[in-house]
Order: sequence, then C-alpha cells, then structure tokens
Amino acid sequence: MRVALFITCVNDTLYPGTGAAVVRLLRRLGHEVEFPQAQTCCGQMHVNTGYRDDGVRLMRRFADTFEGYDAVVVPSGSCGAMVREQYPRLAAGTPDEGRIAALVPKVHELSEFLVDVLGVTDVGAYFPHRVTYHPTCHSLRGLRLGDKPLALLRAVRGLELAELPGAEECCGFGGTFAVKNPAVSAAMCADKVRNVSSTGAEVLCAADNSCLMHIGGALGRQRTGVRVMHLAEILASTETTAGPAATTGTTTSARTDSKPGTTTSTTTSTTTSTKASTTRGSAAGSGTGSGTEATA
Amino acid sequence: MSGGTFLGMPAFPEASAAAVRDSQLRFNLRKATHTIRGKRAAVVGELDDWAELRAAGKAIKDETLRNLDRYLLQLEEAVTRAGGTVHWAADAAEANRIVAGLVKATGETSVVKVKSMATQEIGLNEALAAEGVAAYETDLAELIVQLGDDWPSHILVPAIHRNRAEIREIFLREMPDAPRDLADDPRALAEAARLHLRDRFLSARVAVSGANFMVAETGTLVVLESEGNGRMCLTLPETLISVVGIEKVVPTWRDLEVFLQLLPRSSTGERMNPYTSTWTGVTPGDGPREFHLVLLDNGRTSVLADEVGRQALRCIRCSACLNVCPVYERAGGHAYGSVYPGPIGAILTPQLRGLDSPLDNSLPYASTLCGACYDVCPVAIDIPSVLVDLRAKAVRAGGHRAERAGMRAARWLFSREVRLARAQRLAGRLRRFVPGRLPGPGAAWTDTRDLPPIPEESFRDWWTRTSGGAKP
Repeated sequence: MRVALFITCVNDTLYPGTGAAVVRLLRRLGHEVEFPQAQTCCGQMHVNTGYRDDGVRLMRRFADTFEGYDAVVVPSGSCGAMVREQYPRLAAGTPDEGRIAALVPKVHELSEFLVDVLGVTDVGAYFPHRVTYHPTCHSLRGLRLGDKPLALLRAVRGLELAELPGAEECCGFGGTFAVKNPAVSAAMCADKVRNVSSTGAEVLCAADNSCLMHIGGALGRQRTGVRVMHLAEILASTETTAGPAATTGTTTSARTDSKPGTTTSTTTSTTTSTKASTTRGSAAGSGTGSGTEATA
Repeated sequence: MSGGTFLGMPAFPEASAAAVRDSQLRFNLRKATHTIRGKRAAVVGELDDWAELRAAGKAIKDETLRNLDRYLLQLEEAVTRAGGTVHWAADAAEANRIVAGLVKATGETSVVKVKSMATQEIGLNEALAAEGVAAYETDLAELIVQLGDDWPSHILVPAIHRNRAEIREIFLREMPDAPRDLADDPRALAEAARLHLRDRFLSARVAVSGANFMVAETGTLVVLESEGNGRMCLTLPETLISVVGIEKVVPTWRDLEVFLQLLPRSSTGERMNPYTSTWTGVTPGDGPREFHLVLLDNGRTSVLADEVGRQALRCIRCSACLNVCPVYERAGGHAYGSVYPGPIGAILTPQLRGLDSPLDNSLPYASTLCGACYDVCPVAIDIPSVLVDLRAKAVRAGGHRAERAGMRAARWLFSREVRLARAQRLAGRLRRFVPGRLPGPGAAWTDTRDLPPIPEESFRDWWTRTSGGAKP
C-alpha cells in the first residue's frame, strides 16, 4: 500500500510538528508515508469564501498530486471534509467528475486511517496528562468521525480524558469567519474557552490545527495555562518522548508569555519539529525515537 | 417590521457586534435557545423512524417543487370549488394591494391577525396602516413585538429576545387594560394578554392569516399553533384572508402525516402541537362566510430556478436551525435584517432580496459552516452548501477589494509549491519581527487571540532536510 501524506497548508506552514508526529506515529505502526512535494492546499479557504474557481484549480492540483496513491492520510478533519464533501460537488458535471469520484474514497483523516484502514485503536502511545477533546465541526458533522478519536485517546497509557461540556458546539473559527465576523467569533470562542477551563485539563486536543489555532490563541491570550495539541502529537508520544518537559511544550499552542523564538534559543540550529521532541524530553530527537519504535 | 423597515441596516458583522455586547440579549437568547434545543433533541430522539420521516419530508417537498405549477393550479381549482377565491400576487406590493382592497371592500377598518411569516415578509401591517386599516397581532409573542414597536427576532418565538420583566414593562406601557399590579410571572402575563385579546376576537369581522400547509387535492389550508388564538381568528370573523407562499403546497392530505410529525417536534419540541386548524373554502353556518387565498410569489420562482438554492423552499419554518445555531445564539435575530433570521434567513433572504445591499451581501458569511443547522433540519436543507454557493455569488456581485487581493495572492502561492516554500522560508526568517498585535485587518484576529508562533522551518523543508525524519 502506497500511502501519501497530505499535510495541509496550515500544518505545513505553521505546525510542522504535527506532520512530524504523523510520520513518527505511522512509522512506529510499520507504515512509511510518502510526501508528494507538489502538494499545496486543498482549496477550502477559496471555496468557502466564495472564490470557487480558484478552489477548483486547487482541487485539480490535489487530484494530480495524489491520484497515484492507494491511500492519502490527512491530519485535519476540515481539509478531509473539504475533499470528501465538497470535491464531488465541485467536480459534478465536469471532466474531473470521474477522477474525483475515484480519489475521494482513498482520502482518510488520520483517526479514520488508524481505526478503519489499519484497524488499530491502541497505537502504543504514552501521554501522562489530563486531556480534553474538542471534536471540531467538520470532524463531527462533516466526516462523522464519531468516537474514533476518543477511542484512540482512551487507549493512550497515562492519559486522563476529561469530558468537554458543550463539546459539539462550534468554537467560532470558521475559516475567514474568524476575521469577517470577529465579534461573534470571539463570543463563541469565549464560551469554548470557559468550557475547556472547566474541565481542569492541561491539554486541549483536536484533530484540526486550524480550530486549535483559534481556541489556543484565546487560551494563550487569557493566560489560562491550557495548551493545545493535535491528536497526532499525543498519539505519537511515547515513554521516551513524553517526559516531564512536555508539560512546558508549546508545540501547537499559541504563544503564551514567550516571544517567538525564545523557546528555541537553546536549540537555534535545530528545527521546530526536533525542537518539539527535545522539549518533550527526548534528547535523542525524533529520529532516534522513531527509529527504535519502528522495529518494535 | 416590513422588508422596507430593514433598509439601511448595517451589514451583519456590525449589527452582530452590537448584539454581542448586549448582556441581557445574550442571556435571554442563550437560555431560550438551549431550552428549546434540549426539548427538540429529546422528542426527536424518541422516534426510531426520524431519519425516514426526514427523508420523506424532503422527497415530498422536492416532488412538489418540481411540479409546482401543476399543484398550484390543482389547489386553485379545489379552493374555488369549495367556495373560496384565489388571488395571485407576484410580489409584496401586489399582495398588499389585494389584501387592502379585500379589507376595504368589507367596510372594516381593523383586522385580527394569526401569526404569519408571509405577511411579515411583505410588510402587510404597514401597508394596511397606510390604507387606514389597523392590523392587530393576536399571537402572544407577536403582540409583545407589536406593542413594543419592535422587530421579531425569531421565526417561531418572535419575542425570544425579551424576558418576562421586559414584557411586563411593555404591557404596562402599551396595553391600557393591563392591571396596574401586573406581576412578571408567565401566567399573569398570559392572562393580561388573554383579556386584552378577547375583545379583539369578539369584535373582529376580518381576519388575516398565513398557513403552514395547503393541500392541493382538497384545497385545505392548515395552521399549527400553540395558543388557540389562531383558531379564534380563523373561526370567529366573517371574512378570512390567507396570504401564503406558493411553496407551502403539498400534493395530498396524506402528506400531512409526515409534516405533522416533523414540524411540532422540530419547532417547539412537542410530540404534537396543541392546536391544528384546517379549513376548506367556506362552510355555510360554520366559520367565515368569505374566504380569500392570496398566493404569494415575491421572489420564490427565481429561487426555484436556482439548482442549489431551491432547497431553501423546502423550509417549513420550524426554527430548529435557529435554535441550534451558535451564531444566531450570540448575534440575535435582528442582526440578520430580515423577518427570516438565523441560518435559514442567511440563505433565504439573499435569494429573495438579492445580494446588492451590504447587509444582504454579508448574510451568506454569517455562518462558520459548522453544519449543526443541516443536522437538525427536518427537511434536510443543506444550509452550509447553499451558503457556500451564495458566497460565490456574493463575490461575483462585488466582494471586498482587500479580500480579493488576499485570495489572489494565496492562489499565486498555492499554484507552485516552490512559491509556497519560499514564502514559508521568508516567514521563518521574519518570525521574530511579527508583532503580537497586528494593525489593520489583522487586528480582527489579534484583538482577542494570540497569533500562532511561526516555526523556523516548514514541514516540507523538514521533510527534505531529514529525508522524512529518517536522519536527525
């Protein structure tokens, strides 16, 4: 099975640690992914803002890039839902209809790939922290991920899962909604932040970094001390990578008191993704961790 | 209250920003929407065949809309055969003219009204007032709105933005027969309204209503309500005038079996609504002696012509989408600048009125596309898809210059991976210089949220440098 990683433009640009975690996790489970360099963006922002033609161009680019693979893994419920739900509508009645119809069933959000395709819920992760999970709208009502991400989290050793009140309510991100309707967006986020804080969790987890960027941005601004992490990063954590230092990690969270770059001041020559590993206490770095795990 | 009244209202972002700051409104809306939301979920959850009912409701409406011309002619024939008179109104002005003419022909100067969205949509009360005819709302919530010189903010619960203390104040101020020691408990408020309305019912000779359904095969009109005030209006006066959107027709009596289950459970969260009134033309010695049906188009045929947008015409005005919408819950109904607020309003109003005004152009964007509305819709209107389709039309109708430039830049970046990679490397080099608070449009983000830290290295560069994590 040739598996491609569609990293998504948001993860590629802002959350490389999430991508590295997906690679590490799948390698640990015995699967190598390929990263087709031609990939850029699924086109969701364009289509959902009304720039449909631009979105259609990006859909074609996505199809060109990924149609040769047996499976495509996407660590984003939102971009996954864009492909699954909107591509067939965009392609309907055009020459792309057939190839999109063939491609769409091969595209899986990360938890779907793990649970449905690989058939695993216990990925051998260790993460000794109190975590609450926000199901995000496109994961919940778009892809209908249901219980899959929670099943994966429940199987993580050491993880204490706290139920999030009002979990199914939108956080108020909504792509360009967050800046086109900032007042309502912030009002929705305020309620989400209140619910997150009420759980007493250290970590807010979701399968979508765009929603986490929004909620995490408010959690950080309000100095709640709650950090946000993508599902992949929790699932990639093990005894060797999830040491005590992880509690100070700011991998995907908005910055709190730290200026950009200060967290990497001791590791300026390393990359963000390896930084993510080192702040989690793995002096050996992700390469070593994943290398040893791959043989396990 | 009329379509005209909303002219000049600010666009949704500005109107909703004001609403978000209104703590009383926020409290009222949160309490009311969460209560109805819970009730709906409970009564929908107890039906094993809800999905089938929903599919049936969708299918019946779709089939009707596909053959709307035929069913409307069948309806006209049946109503006429039963002693009613059918009038066709192409737009609001024509409908108002017809109704005003019918009322004036009776010699009356006032009418009682059954709660009706169609008459709100065309601004009938204002049009009648201009002709010297007073229209009295008899639905309790519509009465509150009318007495308060206010706008309805919800399809089903027009005064949802008011709490009982505010209602007491309005009654004391505007209702001459309200007791001076009126308490603010619901029973006392309802009793005051009941006494006030009783006189109206007994003296009214003309009533104006809408209808939830019209049965083509029999010519029967159907009104569902909770208070019984509608039934008073429908049975006591001598003349009944019903203004109904053309999409409200269903082919057969039997189709009601589906909708009389879907509607109450979706709207008020009841298994069955307390009052269901049906009437077919006129019956000698029983109810109104004269019945007029005004069939209202007012933009509906143009909605029907739109392949994506036409599903909005399936709407049975249950309000489930409003009650579950996180945007509506914070913005309130008035921000939508239309008698149709919430998710359904965001797709219906721009289709009925066009996308020309800044307000109407902003409505398709009044949603995070969270999909909660689609999930609860009893006739499966895919509101997020219609919103996305309308956004494409909104961009063609104008759009924002800055946004257009931004989207063009993004298109340029995403059309070659090397451009994206270069931009990422540039961002990585400049990461230390990004301020915590952005100026201009960026402030919309950083006013309430921190920016995410920009990494030194993008994922694609990490992949290339480490051969996919194989090398350190």
